[in-house]
Amino acid sequence: MNNKSKTSQRLHVSDISCASCVETIETALKSVPGVDEAHVNFADRTATVSGDVPADILLKAVSDSGYTASIAEDKTESERENKDLAHYKELLKKTVVAGVISLAIVAVTMLGLLPEITTFKGQISWAVVSLLALFVLTYAGGRFFTGALKSFKNHNANMDTLIAIGTGVAWVYSSFVVIFPDAVSEIARHVYFDTATLIITFINLGSALEMRARGKTSEAIKRLIGLQPKTARVLRGGSEVDIPIEQVGMDDIVRVRPGEKIPVDGELVEGSSHVDESMLTGEPIPVSKKVGDEVVGGAVNKSGSFLFKATRIGKDTALSQIIEMVRKAQNTKPEIGRLADKVSSIFVPTVLIIAVLTMLIWFNFGPQPQLTYMLVTTMAVLIIACPCALGLATPISVMVGVGKAAEYGVLIRRGDALQQAGEISTVVLDKTGTITEGKPVLTALEPTRGWSDTELLKIAASVETGSEHPLAEAVVEASKERNIELASIESFEAVSGHGVRAVYQQKTVLLGNRKLMDDNGVKLKSLLERSQELSKLGQTVIFISVGGEVAGLLGISDPIKTDSKEAIQRLQELGIKVVMLTGDNRATAQSVAALVGVDDFIAEVLPQDKADQITKLQKQGEKVAMVGDGINDAPALAGSDVGFAIGTGTDVAIESADITLMRGSLFGVAHAVSISKATLRNIKENLVGAFGYNSLAIPIAAGILFPFTGLLLNPIIAGAAMALSSLTVVTNANRLRWFKP
Amino acid sequence: MEIIINLIGLFLIAFIVWWFWIFKNRSEARVEGSVLEIVVDSGVYEPSVIHAKAGEELTLRFIRKDSNPCSEKVLFDGLDISADLPVGTPLDLTFTPEKKGEFDFTCQMAMYRGKLIVE
Repeated sequence: MNNKSKTSQRLHVSDISCASCVETIETALKSVPGVDEAHVNFADRTATVSGDVPADILLKAVSDSGYTASIAEDKTESERENKDLAHYKELLKKTVVAGVISLAIVAVTMLGLLPEITTFKGQISWAVVSLLALFVLTYAGGRFFTGALKSFKNHNANMDTLIAIGTGVAWVYSSFVVIFPDAVSEIARHVYFDTATLIITFINLGSALEMRARGKTSEAIKRLIGLQPKTARVLRGGSEVDIPIEQVGMDDIVRVRPGEKIPVDGELVEGSSHVDESMLTGEPIPVSKKVGDEVVGGAVNKSGSFLFKATRIGKDTALSQIIEMVRKAQNTKPEIGRLADKVSSIFVPTVLIIAVLTMLIWFNFGPQPQLTYMLVTTMAVLIIACPCALGLATPISVMVGVGKAAEYGVLIRRGDALQQAGEISTVVLDKTGTITEGKPVLTALEPTRGWSDTELLKIAASVETGSEHPLAEAVVEASKERNIELASIESFEAVSGHGVRAVYQQKTVLLGNRKLMDDNGVKLKSLLERSQELSKLGQTVIFISVGGEVAGLLGISDPIKTDSKEAIQRLQELGIKVVMLTGDNRATAQSVAALVGVDDFIAEVLPQDKADQITKLQKQGEKVAMVGDGINDAPALAGSDVGFAIGTGTDVAIESADITLMRGSLFGVAHAVSISKATLRNIKENLVGAFGYNSLAIPIAAGILFPFTGLLLNPIIAGAAMALSSLTVVTNANRLRWFKP
Repeated sequence: MEIIINLIGLFLIAFIVWWFWIFKNRSEARVEGSVLEIVVDSGVYEPSVIHAKAGEELTLRFIRKDSNPCSEKVLFDGLDISADLPVGTPLDLTFTPEKKGEFDFTCQMAMYRGKLIVE
């Protein structure tokens, strides 16, 4: 389906001084074509703009109306962190207060410091305890009660519901005992204030720790955000000034000194340097940059000082797009999490029903004092059940797994791809540009009698100038190196997958593979044998015929990436069959295949047939991953179970791929597979843990062991267990952070 | 006495089933105009059931009041839309649902639950 999703943009308008400015700025923004809505918030000095309009146009509109605006991107991130920290501290404070009061209540209860509850003095003392407990319940546990009530009104139930009922029942019953001690038989005359307050304490502590642990799960994205410098040194009015990065505008001239990070994307206009782009491309050696070269935000300037013109700012920089893609992927769920989602959607009402059934069973079949047993078991059931652990099991691991992958230059588009990548059995590698550098060079030039090297190359290069095929580039490049002047070509026609046909000096020129020659009745004679020899060396052979007579052949080879062989071996170690797919003839393919050690290869595949080859493998029951450049292979990538596009760092948004490899190395595929496997295993552990915990703990809390062992679960222990269970899930997911593929 | 307690228990079970699963009249809203505000607080989206028209652009303005991390994300199942909600600052999510049907939107753990009905 075609969903155009866009979150609105937020601008920070620093100089709003009066409420009437709001109107001016809103009008200015709304008058920009494409803006659907603009809303200025005077209090936090921001403008929220929806519509498909580049940020720089919006900034200009605001500045034209007399105000200064910047993109309010990073502010929200630090704001969020501050708020999270504040919430964490609040939870800790509540834990301490609730804990101290709880311990005091436990002490007086256990040590029997208070008078008998049946006496008037006792009643008064216990009433004070009751009020203290009520304070804890409202101060530290108030949100459970409001949440439960709100959910209830919405015909919804969640964890709040369980905690509120569990602790609420304990407090109400205990207070009833305090007020009417005689209404309850002596053996059941017990109060549970300590239980209620301790449960609230544990759950608050659990939430605080969980929050801490959760913060760590998004560390990868924080690290990416951290790559971006906070300020930029921009030329303004002839001098260089440091400004916040949000205020950098399009076409601003930015100065970068040695050792500094490049703030936004742009084009170098003065000076030269070496730039470390390893965080984007994985290329460890700094890349030389001269005037006219593209520089990317986040990269580190290693040597010279230079000026560049900003061409992509704010959300549009490569780094921002990577961050956005990772963030989006972290929010998606793989198929494996669906069951947990289904279960958690009916979980709480089911637990409520189990609680009522527990109560009834103890009432009808339990020993005396029934009321005590009913209360203790029902409370334990309500408190121990933990929907959070179940709900968190999948997404929290996905968060960490997707982030981990990003650290290795593997951008996963969706959670589903993560699951698929972990389950693949066959990897199909496109040869050109994937196993090889994708930059072929001319390695053989052999004319037949009557032709010279130069003549042959001149015809070939003249014909190939019109072609976009990578092999053609090698021919043209070779002619440039030899300073051969190209001739004009009268007509040009590409014969898909076979070569090209052109007219040169009134003669038909054919340039292509053996099939093209055979189809046109060109006799290859002795060249055939030579071509077979070259093919065996891994060279792609192109024949040239002029006027129906063969004129010679060209051998072109594409150097294999230095680490392709090792990466393929790594994939095989992971139990994956590696297949190479190429348009080359069998002999060439075989030689490359042998050099890199793939399990199998499919040669002479036309570009349009690549997808069919994938389908064929799938029909054999294989889970197939396709790795290609994402442009020529788009249908094959889309048809495979998981499509990998090998990018070059800055082209993040390769739509046809499920996974984009920012770095050119095939190790990216192996990393993606092993991270996916590890994440999947982590999710499974979490799910088994969460399902197992709930399906064991609930019956035990209900007292299933009692008839055999006489054991009952103390609701306080239930509270601690429940607080621990979701913490365990988060901590387990955090283990993935240390995973090394 | 025993019968009464048992009856109350059974009634409670029937009530739970009816209230949480059968009764459907949740807080509903129809998108009128272009923007619909959804308050995210105390475990609930308000409104939680949203009716929208297929092919028409809509903006859902999420106002998150709850600082509990559970409410941080909103995910639309089957629409490939998600967002991180900042506390206290409204966040607009604008999109055009093309396909008719019912789409759940939930927090990461599916405790906050809402439904987008595209007609």
